[in-house]
Amino acid sequence: MARLNADNVALAERIIARYPKPRSALIPLCHLAQEQDGWLSEEAMAHIAELIDCTPAQVLGTASFYEMFKLHPVGRYCVNVCTNISCQLLGGEELLEHAEETLGVRSGGTTEDGMFTLEDVECVAACTEAPAVQVNYRYFHRLDTEAFDELISALRAGELEDSVPPHGTLAKVRQELDGDRVANITAPQDQSKPVWIERAEAAARSGGDDS
Amino acid sequence: MSDAPKTTDAPKTDAPKTDAPNTGESPKPIEITDPVEINVDGEQLTVQNGELLIDACERNGTYIPRFCYHPRMNPVGMCRMCLVEVDSGRGPALQPSCMIPVSADMSVDTTSDAVAKVQDGVLEFLLANHPLDCPVCDKGGECPLQDQTYAYGPGESRFVEEKRHYAKPISLSETVYMDRERCILCDRCTRFADEVAGDPLIHFINRGSSTEVNTFPDQPFSSYFSGNTVQICPVGALTAKPFRFKARPWDLTVKESTCTRCSVGCRITVESSRDEVLRYQGVDSDSVNWSWLCDKGRFGFEAYNSPQRLREPLVRDAEGELAPVRWSEALGLAADQIRRAIESRGPASVAVIGGARSTNEGAYAWAKLAKTVIGTDNCDAQLGDGLPAEAVLGLSGLTIDELCAPGGTVLWLGPDPLEELPVLQLRLRHAVINDGVRIVEVGSRVTGLRDLVAQRIAARPGETPGVLRQLFETAPASGDTGLATAAALLREAGDDLRVVVGRPNLAESEDVVLESISVLRSSVPGARFMTALGRANVRGAIEAGLAPGLAPGGVSLSNAAVSDAWSTVPAETGSGSAGILEAAAAGRIDVLVLLGADPISDFPDRSLARRALAATPTVISVAPLLDASAAEARIVLASAAFGEVDGTTTNLEGRVTAVTQKVNPPGTARPDWSIASELAVRIDPAVELGRSAAALAEEMWSLSDAYAELAERPESPSGPEGVLCSAGHALELPATPDVELPAPDSYSLRLVIARKLYDGGTLLAASDSSAGLADDAVALLNPADAAPLGVQNATRVKLTSANGNVTLPARADDSVQRGVVVVHHNLAGADARSLVAAGDTVCDVRAEVA
Repeated sequence: MARLNADNVALAERIIARYPKPRSALIPLCHLAQEQDGWLSEEAMAHIAELIDCTPAQVLGTASFYEMFKLHPVGRYCVNVCTNISCQLLGGEELLEHAEETLGVRSGGTTEDGMFTLEDVECVAACTEAPAVQVNYRYFHRLDTEAFDELISALRAGELEDSVPPHGTLAKVRQELDGDRVANITAPQDQSKPVWIERAEAAARSGGDDS
Repeated sequence: MSDAPKTTDAPKTDAPKTDAPNTGESPKPIEITDPVEINVDGEQLTVQNGELLIDACERNGTYIPRFCYHPRMNPVGMCRMCLVEVDSGRGPALQPSCMIPVSADMSVDTTSDAVAKVQDGVLEFLLANHPLDCPVCDKGGECPLQDQTYAYGPGESRFVEEKRHYAKPISLSETVYMDRERCILCDRCTRFADEVAGDPLIHFINRGSSTEVNTFPDQPFSSYFSGNTVQICPVGALTAKPFRFKARPWDLTVKESTCTRCSVGCRITVESSRDEVLRYQGVDSDSVNWSWLCDKGRFGFEAYNSPQRLREPLVRDAEGELAPVRWSEALGLAADQIRRAIESRGPASVAVIGGARSTNEGAYAWAKLAKTVIGTDNCDAQLGDGLPAEAVLGLSGLTIDELCAPGGTVLWLGPDPLEELPVLQLRLRHAVINDGVRIVEVGSRVTGLRDLVAQRIAARPGETPGVLRQLFETAPASGDTGLATAAALLREAGDDLRVVVGRPNLAESEDVVLESISVLRSSVPGARFMTALGRANVRGAIEAGLAPGLAPGGVSLSNAAVSDAWSTVPAETGSGSAGILEAAAAGRIDVLVLLGADPISDFPDRSLARRALAATPTVISVAPLLDASAAEARIVLASAAFGEVDGTTTNLEGRVTAVTQKVNPPGTARPDWSIASELAVRIDPAVELGRSAAALAEEMWSLSDAYAELAERPESPSGPEGVLCSAGHALELPATPDVELPAPDSYSLRLVIARKLYDGGTLLAASDSSAGLADDAVALLNPADAAPLGVQNATRVKLTSANGNVTLPARADDSVQRGVVVVHHNLAGADARSLVAAGDTVCDVRAEVA
C-alpha cells in the first residue's frame, strides 16, 4: 500500500545500524513493511531499496523467494490448511474443501470483507496433530469441520485478538540491544575485536571474573 | 577477417574437443609469473598458479563446455556444464572447472566417462524446460546450448511432460526482449548488470521452481549497457529489438571494425545480410573494450539504415529548395565557388570545420585539400567544444590500461564518462572495484563516477584551477574535510598521477581547462594526461592536419618537414572554429565546408553559429544525414557513413584501428576522401590527392616518425588491439590566458551545459530504437537553491544571462552543486546554448519562476 511510515523509517534505521552492511537488513525490513501493511507492496519494496542502497529489483529478487512475504494484499487472517500426507490421511483435503465452502473463496483467494485469505500449504510440521491449520502461523490442531467453523466465527467475532494478531505482526516485544552488548558490527573483512571480547579480556587482565 | 560466412557448424561429437566454438569469448591474456605444472588429459601443461582451470585448459587447446562462465566476469558455477574430473591428490572428483584455481600437480580429465555422463545429464536437465523452438529462435545457429547439445548432449530427451510456458516475449527495456521459457538461469545477464554495468535492475525473481529473470514492475532495465546481455546470453532468451527476426546468423557475413560513436574506439564486428548492416557485436580487445559496448554504439547502425539517409548530392535551386543533382554538377558548383573565393579574396576566405566524424583518411584528404590545394589554414576538426589541438596531441598519451592500472590514482577533470565515454566508465568501474584504483573528481555535479570516487571536490564552473591550486600548492588544513582527504590521496600518488581532462561543461571556456592543466604541470611534473573528448576521431582528424597551424603528424605548419605531398602550405596561420564562425558572421568567409559537422546543433554559441551560416554565401555540407546545419547549406554532398568506408580511426589514446566497409553506401553517396579528391581535381586539374583510402593512409603515415609502425605494416590496425601511436608530439601548449571569473554574486547561478548519452543528435533521431530515449530538457538545481525560488517538481523557470534567456521545467537534484544550474545539451524543449556567448569564461544566469 505504501512506503514505510515515519516511525518505521526510524526503526528501519536502527535495524540497519545493527549490520555491517546496510543490505544485510533487507529481510528484517521486508518483515517491517509487511507488519505495517499486512503485505509487502511495491512501494514498500522500492522504499526499502532506497534505505539499504540497492535496486528495487534486488529487493524483489529476495522477497519473492520467501512464501511468507505476501506480494499481494491478503486478509487480516491468513488461514493455512495443511494438505500434506499426514493431514491428508486424516481429512486435510476435506477440511480444505469445507473451508472453501465456509469462506466462499477458492484456495489462494481472499474473502470480500478482507478478513480471510485461504491457502493450502505443504507440511507445517504438526503431523501428530493432523489435520492442522495455521492462522497467521498460529497453530490449531485436529480440526474437524465444526471446529473449523467455530474457529472462523471466533476470529470474526474478535475473540482471538490476543492470541492471533493481524497478518504480518512480528512480535509483541521488540528486542533492543545496548551498544555494548552488540556483537561486532563491522564488515567481515574488518577483523576488529567485538566489544564483548574486549570487555572479557579487560576483565581477565584485571584478574576479576565478572564476565 | 575474411568476408566468408560466419562459422555456424556446431562442433560434432567426432570432432576434437579442442575446437572452441566461435563465441568470441576467449580467456583474457595473462602473463605467467608463477608457473605450475598440471596434467590435462595426459598432457603436461605449464600454467599460471591460481588461474581458473577452465581458462588454463582453453588457453592450452582444451575447450571445456560452459554456459555461465564468462572470462570477463566472476565465476559462479551455476550451470554445472564445465564439470571435469580433478585429482589434487585425493582421487578424482567432479569439480566445476570455472570455480577451481589451478594448483601444482593437479591432474585433470576432461573426457572421462564420468565427465561425459555428467555433461549429458546437465544438458538433459536444461532441455527439460528449454523449448525446442530453434527453427524460430534468433539464436539458432550460433547458440551455445544448441551447439553443446550436439557436441556433448543426449541424442534425445526422456522428458515427455509438458514444458513450462510463459507469455513471450516480455520487454525488459526499450531495446531488450526476454523469452523466459528459453532462459537456462546461467546468471550471465544478471551478473553483468550487477558486476560490470553497476545497474542491477534485472534479478532472479520468484526463486525456486519458477525462477525467472525479470525487472521490478514498471522499472525497466534501462541501462546504457543492456545490449551486452543479449550478446552474452548463451541461449535465445534475450534478444535485441533492432535485430529480432531480421536474419539468421548463418546468413550474416562479418567484418571486424571499430565503433566510431565516441572516442573510446570499441572493437566490434559489423554483420550484414543482403547489403544491410543488421547488428554489431562487441569484440574482446584487451586494451580497450573487453567485449563490452554501450547501447548507443551497439544499435548505432539503425541510423545508417534509416530512410532519411542522403542518397545523392543536393543543391539549392532557384526557389531556394535543396534539390537532388548529379555529382558532377554539385562538385562543379562547389569547386567553382571555392575557386572564385580564392581568386577574389584569397584562400583564407575558405574554411573547413569538422572531420572528427570521418576516418583518418577522409580527414587527411580534406586537410590536404584545404592546406595544399586551396591554401587555407582555417581548418578545425572541433566545434568550440574541445581543447586546442596542441593540448590534444601534446599532452603525453595515457592509455586506458595505464589509466586503469592497479593501485593508481586518477584525477578526473573530464566530462561524465557514463554519458560521453560509456565503455571507459566500465573500465574505470572495474579498476576501482577490483584493482584498488582511486579516483579524485573535481567538478560541479555528481557524474556517473558517483559511487566510484574516493573523493569528490565540488568546484563551480571556472573554479577548478583554484581548487587544484589549493590541493597542490597550499596544503589544505588537515582534518576530515574532503579537500584534505583529496590532497592526501594526491600527495600519496606523487608523480604517478593520471589525469583525465576534457570539456565537462560547454558553457565554460577551454581556457579554464588549459589553466587547470598548467597548474597540474607545474605542481606534478610527472603527471600523465588523457584528453577525453567525445567525438570519435577528433584526435585522428587533428593528427591528419585538420587544426589551425598544424600539418599532418602533429607538427606545426611553420616547421613542417615538408614532403613532396606537402610542398606548399598556407603562409598565414588560420583560426579555430570560433574564429572561423566569427569571421563568417562578419562576412569574411565565402565558402564554409562542414565536414560532418553541425555547428548549429553543436557549437556552444548557437546564435553565432546561426549568424555565421546565414552570412556565408556558400556553405557546403558533407554529411550522411540532413542535420540542422546541412539544411541551411547551399550544397549538400551525401557522404558514406560508418560501415560503408574502409580506413582507420584513432581513439582517445592515440590507438589507430581499422574501420571497414561492409555494405555499399546508399544511392550515390561517397566516402569523404573521394569527395575531397574529386573537388581537388576540379579546383586544380594538375592535382592528384590520392587514388584510394589506402594510398592516402600510406602517404599520411610516411609524414611523421610517430607512425613508423603504421608506415612499415599498413595492415596492422586491423588487429583487435590496433597500433598505439601515442608517442607524444613535441608541441608547445598554448600560453594560458589569464582566466578572470565574474565577481561572485549571490543572485546568480553558474551554468553547466553537459551532455547526455541519448540526446537529440541527428544520428540518434534517425535510429528507431533510440529516438525515444532522449529526455526533455530540465534545469537541475541544488535543493538549497531550488527552495528559495519556490521550485517544485517541474515548475517552469526562466534562466536569463547577458546573452539571452530560456524557459524550461526545473527540478531539485542533490547531485548538483550549490550555486550551479545544469541543463543538458541538445534535448527537446530548451536550448541552453542561447545563454552562452563564445569567448566568455563562464556563464552566469539568473533563475526565476516563469
